[in-house]
This record gives sequence, C-alpha cells and structure tokens, in this order.
Amino acid sequence: MQITVNDKTLEAKPGEMLLAALRRGGVHVPTLCAMEGLLPTGACRMCVVEVEGTRGLVPSCAFPVRDGMKVQTHSQRAVRARKTIVELLLANHPDDCLYCSRNNNCELQNLAGELGVRQRRYQGGRTPARLDMSSPSVVRDPDKCILCGKCVRVCEEIQSVSAIDFVGRGSKTHVAPAFNVGLNVSSCVDCGQCILACPTGALTERSHFKDVFDAIRDPKKLVVVQHAPAVSVTIGELFGARPGVDVAGVLNAALRRLGFDHVFDTSFAADLTIMEEAHELVQRVKNGGVLPLITSCCPAWVDFAEQEFPDLLPHLSSCKSPQQMLGAVLKSHFAKRSGVRPEDVFVVSIMPCTAKKFEANLPERRHDGLADVDAVLTTRELARIIKMRGLDLRDMDAEGPDTPFGERSSAGKLFGASGGVLEAAIRTAHFLVTGAEMDAVKVREIRGLQGLKEARVKLGSLEIGVAAVSGLANARRLMVEVRAGRSDLAVIEVMACPGGCVNGGGQPIGADLDAVRARMKALYDIDRDSAQRTSHTNVLVQRLYDEDLGHPGSEEAHHLLHTHYHPRDAEV
Amino acid sequence: MENVKVLADDNAEQNGGGSSGPGGKGAKVEGRIEEVLSRHPGAGRDALIPILQEVQEAEGHLSRESVIKVARHLALPPSKVYGVATFYNQFRFQARGTYNVQVCRGTACHVKGSAAVLDAIKRILKVEPGETTRDGMFSLEVVACIGACGLAPVIAVNGEFHAGVAPEKVAAILNSYKRRTAA
Repeated sequence: MQITVNDKTLEAKPGEMLLAALRRGGVHVPTLCAMEGLLPTGACRMCVVEVEGTRGLVPSCAFPVRDGMKVQTHSQRAVRARKTIVELLLANHPDDCLYCSRNNNCELQNLAGELGVRQRRYQGGRTPARLDMSSPSVVRDPDKCILCGKCVRVCEEIQSVSAIDFVGRGSKTHVAPAFNVGLNVSSCVDCGQCILACPTGALTERSHFKDVFDAIRDPKKLVVVQHAPAVSVTIGELFGARPGVDVAGVLNAALRRLGFDHVFDTSFAADLTIMEEAHELVQRVKNGGVLPLITSCCPAWVDFAEQEFPDLLPHLSSCKSPQQMLGAVLKSHFAKRSGVRPEDVFVVSIMPCTAKKFEANLPERRHDGLADVDAVLTTRELARIIKMRGLDLRDMDAEGPDTPFGERSSAGKLFGASGGVLEAAIRTAHFLVTGAEMDAVKVREIRGLQGLKEARVKLGSLEIGVAAVSGLANARRLMVEVRAGRSDLAVIEVMACPGGCVNGGGQPIGADLDAVRARMKALYDIDRDSAQRTSHTNVLVQRLYDEDLGHPGSEEAHHLLHTHYHPRDAEV
Repeated sequence: MENVKVLADDNAEQNGGGSSGPGGKGAKVEGRIEEVLSRHPGAGRDALIPILQEVQEAEGHLSRESVIKVARHLALPPSKVYGVATFYNQFRFQARGTYNVQVCRGTACHVKGSAAVLDAIKRILKVEPGETTRDGMFSLEVVACIGACGLAPVIAVNGEFHAGVAPEKVAAILNSYKRRTAA
C-alpha cells in the first residue's frame, strides 16, 4: 500500500496507524503520549497532521492508513496547532527549567525549542500542586505534569500495579494515587518505570547525593562503592556513547576519582547469590521443597509478591539480592580484615534501579543492627555526579576494580538482562547436580526481550522446566498459573522491568526497544568473550567461603546473605 | 464552650460522621456496603458507576473503605475506582455536614453574581465544594440549577432557599444555622 506524504511516496502496511508509517519512512512527527508497543490514546494531539479530504487535523497515532491517502505533516496549520498545544501546556508549567533534573533532557523543553516558542503567550492562574516526597525511591512533582498519561499506562498496562491514575476532571485533573495519598502507602513497588516514561521532570528518583558526599568527606568513614552488572553497559550513553558499549574500566576509574576508597563489582555478589540460590534450588529439588523456586534479586518484584501473592512467598528464594549480600559481607568480614569498625564502613551502590533505594531502607535487609547498604545512586545520578566533578568518561583510561570483590564471572554479569540470573543458576546447578560443566553454557531460549521465556533444561539425567519473566503484568499472569497449580517449572526468574535491569527505572531516559536490545547484547558479548563463565569457578567467591562463610547455606551464610518476607498490605 | 463542641464533633466524624453515637454508625454503614455489593454478584467494570451510586445512597458519601471494597468486588485497582468517582460531580468523599449548603451556579445565578457568593462561602467556611468543615457543621456543594431562577442568586441550606443572596449576607445566613445548633 502506498501513501503520499509531503508530496513523496511512502510504503504503508494495511491496518497500521499513520504514525507508524511516517516513522518508518523517516518523517519526524513529534509525540508526547505515544508509547512503543501500546495502543494509541490520542491524548496529547502533538502528532496532528493534515490529511486531504478530512475536515480537521487528525492525530496520526490513531488514524489508520488508507491506500493513496495524501498527508501533509508540516503544513502551516499543523505546525501552528502543535505550537499552540505546547504553549498551552507551558501556561500551566513552572518556568524553572534551570533547576529541573530533566533540564536538557525534557521532551516539553525540546518541543518548545523545536517549535520556536520564545515567550509565554498564555497568562493565567496555575493549578497548585503538592510535591510528593513520601516514597523512598520516586519523587512526584505534579506541578511539572502535562497529563500525557504515560506513567499511568506503564503502571497499569506493563506493570499491572496501578498505583496512580487520573483524578478529577477538567482543569482540576491530576495524576495521583487513590485518595491523593502519598506514593509510600499506595501499591507502588518503586520500579521507576514511570520515571522512564515521563516526558518532563514530574517523576524523578529520590536523590541520595548528600549522604554519599557527606560520607566521602568524613575522614572516619571507609567509603566503599559497588556497581551493578547493568550499569557499565548503559552509563556510556550519558556521555555520548551509542547504546550497548561496555565502559566498566573507565567507570572504575571515575569512581576512584570521585573519592571512593574501594571500588567493587556487584557481579561478584551475583556469583555469590548464585552459589546460595543454586544450592537452595538443588536442596529443594532433592528434598521435595517448595517448587518452583522464584528468584528474589529484584526488589520491585519482591515488593509486588508481598503485596499481590502473599500465598506464594514460600516459593521465593530466601537469598538477599546481590547488592545486600555484598553490603553485608563488606560490613562484617571485610571490615574486620581492613581493621575498621563495621559501623564506619559506608556502602554505596550504583544501581540501574530505583527500587534498590527502597530495598536498602527495609528493616529486614539489615544484619547486626546495621543497614547492609547505606546509599543507592541510580545510573543517572552517578553520571550527574561525574559531570558535576568535571570528569568525562571519554577522557579516562580503563582501570580494574579492587580485590577481592572486583573479580566476577560473566555469569554474574548476565544478571543485568532478563533471563541472566536463571542462566547463571542453571550453569551452577548443573555442576552441583552432575559434578560436570555443561557442554554449552549458553541457554538461548531464555535470552532476549520477550516478556516470558520458557525452556526445558537437562541437569544430567534430571530435566527441569524453567521460565524467565519480565514486566510485572507478565509476572502476574505466570504467578496466577503457579497459584492454580502449574507444576512443570522448577525455577522462575522474575524481573520487574521489561527486559530486566538493562531497562531498569534508574537507567538513562529515552531508550527505545532497540537501545534496550543493544544493552542486552553488550552483556551477552561479555559472556561470549569471557574465559570464566560460571559463578562456582569464581576463585574469590570460593575463598570467601573457605575463609569466612563456610559453605553455601551455612549458618553464617544465612545470617548475612539470607532474609525473609512477609505479606504487605498496601493501603490503596 | 466552642472548643469543646469542636472536639466532640471531631470524634463523631472519625466514627463515620453524622450525629449518632460513637461506634454504632460505622458498623451499620459497613453492613450496608456489603448489602449493596451482594446485589451485584459477579459484576464487571461496567457496573462500577451504578454500584458507586448505590453505595453513596446507602452511606451518604464514598468513604475510603467503601471505595476499596467496591474495587475488590470488581477486581479493579482502587486508583481506578477513585479516578472514575472523582471524574463525576455527583460523588462526594466526605460525610455531609449537619447543614448542607448548596450554591446554585446555573446561568441565571451566574449572571446575578453567584461566583462571588460561592467565594464568600468558601472563605468563611474554609472548605472547597465537596468538602465538610472540620466541626462537621457545614458541607458545601455546587449545583447546576435548582429551578429557582427568579430568586437568583440562590443558595439552599438543607433545602431551605435563600433568595437574592449577596456575598456580604452570607455570614449572617450561616450564623443563623450555627445559632440553631447551639440553641
């Protein structure tokens, strides 16, 4: 099917919306509410175009293509309409771009620039709104909200959490949890996908800058930083790299220059997690324990499970997440070895995630009266700090992380992609069951961006079913099956964010599916090129067991590395 | 004397509002919501608005507890139910006061200055439309037209009409109701 756009011929597919054909044809029409992979709502009207034979302007996102249709995307009328829309949005928007965390990365600001808005055309009273700082991870500033509805949709359609929705009508419409309560008492699971969806600064992460700077300045504190597997393959984007470039080496260098005393890799703790989790799996399989075993690395998922599936909590692995495990080891055995009091060790995590801020705050994730982790910075926050200190990742030479917790297998690195925890666990479970390595360690069926991936894998003579699911709506569907008695699965990995941590709520904003795929591929490439692809062959993990923890599942391991869950009733 | 009164009414509000003794009314309201829901077994989301209307009829307003119960009954998120309910003017989320003040904002009343009357009432009672004063005495409601255009601008307090209301007369009208309660 052919259509004519701006006097040129474009190919279109029957049944698709005009916007899809325009994008494929390289015609740029701005949008504010369109979401990749979801049905159009036609709410923002930014994508209006002129179609010959129709009376008014039509929203191209929700207008099906017709053979031979003639379209003008940038007629004077269309451009003027878009500009007016932006001017009307700005009429109820604070003029504080200079102080906004989305300055220079704001879709509204970009559109105002593109459309040549140079003055405040509409004067009028602004709707007052209240800042919601109640959540440990997500800050809501409804003053900056343009009511595009993307956060509402991602929360409902992708995550099936529905913590927020439109409240009220007309000029009083705003986005809020039910009864306008704070996010902290809503069903919000802190995943931060709404932050990625937000075109403006209405949703941002709760910053831990000050805690980190204060600790670095404090001479008594030994400030230790760990960075998560998914951070090194995304932070480069904030310094101009294309998606999917691994910058682990310069990341280590930058963290040292910022003043951290030790730079460690959370992937080490991922290997440690696998030792504990694979041990737990094999125990459960052998002893008729509760199956399927469900992973517990993702704090947004754990929060969701405590709230929505309290009956399935016995399925969850009792393992803490890697960030918490490393924090607990740092504040116990590492502190002792370094001759520092555990309370003087300050642990900072660099995470692709906002829910990690929530997790670090939980009373159940402490040991011996100390928080495992003291402060969590998202990928975005770290990039901001690096720039603030006048550093640029492009100008630095790569450095290695510190020993002993810098050593990692590429299995631990895979934690950053959906299916990666499962793949790492399968590799080690195979060794635990058979005493031999797998012939081919790659498990292709559980790689990639699909929301639900299933496979049957052989651990010697034992065949088990496994599944990796990402996006909480997908997880909900699978959990409903488990609740109904589905019994062919031995392990389920759940990641709250679609695609896993590479697409986490703390990652660079503005990534499309191709970018997420490239980030995933970067992790797979690291694994392909790695000489050490299994967690149980990480010699420094082995040494930690030999010298301090005993063996996987030991009493000391349980004391430091495991936790418990309890049903949590969200108020609304 | 007035302080004591305020405290007493605050307690009543926490127990579900209205004038009945503490405790009793809350339990009764709960039973009524269950009764409404039992009239809609296996209902889907299309039954949401009729159910909300029936709950409001039974309870006088939509309390947080009742919204959550309706949401559970229909397997909808509370945020969605609250979003729909706040979209419509007919639903209120606080118990009515002893005196419900309706301000007509119909065309005739508007022309005769009802906006200023509404502003005066909001200023004196310190509430927005849909809200109830902390002492539970007055609730404020905006209505489209109460069919008394000849008396514009008009307000109605518990159904008693006040004709030709000027903003400066509002305080005296409200005080006359306060005195009635005190007496």
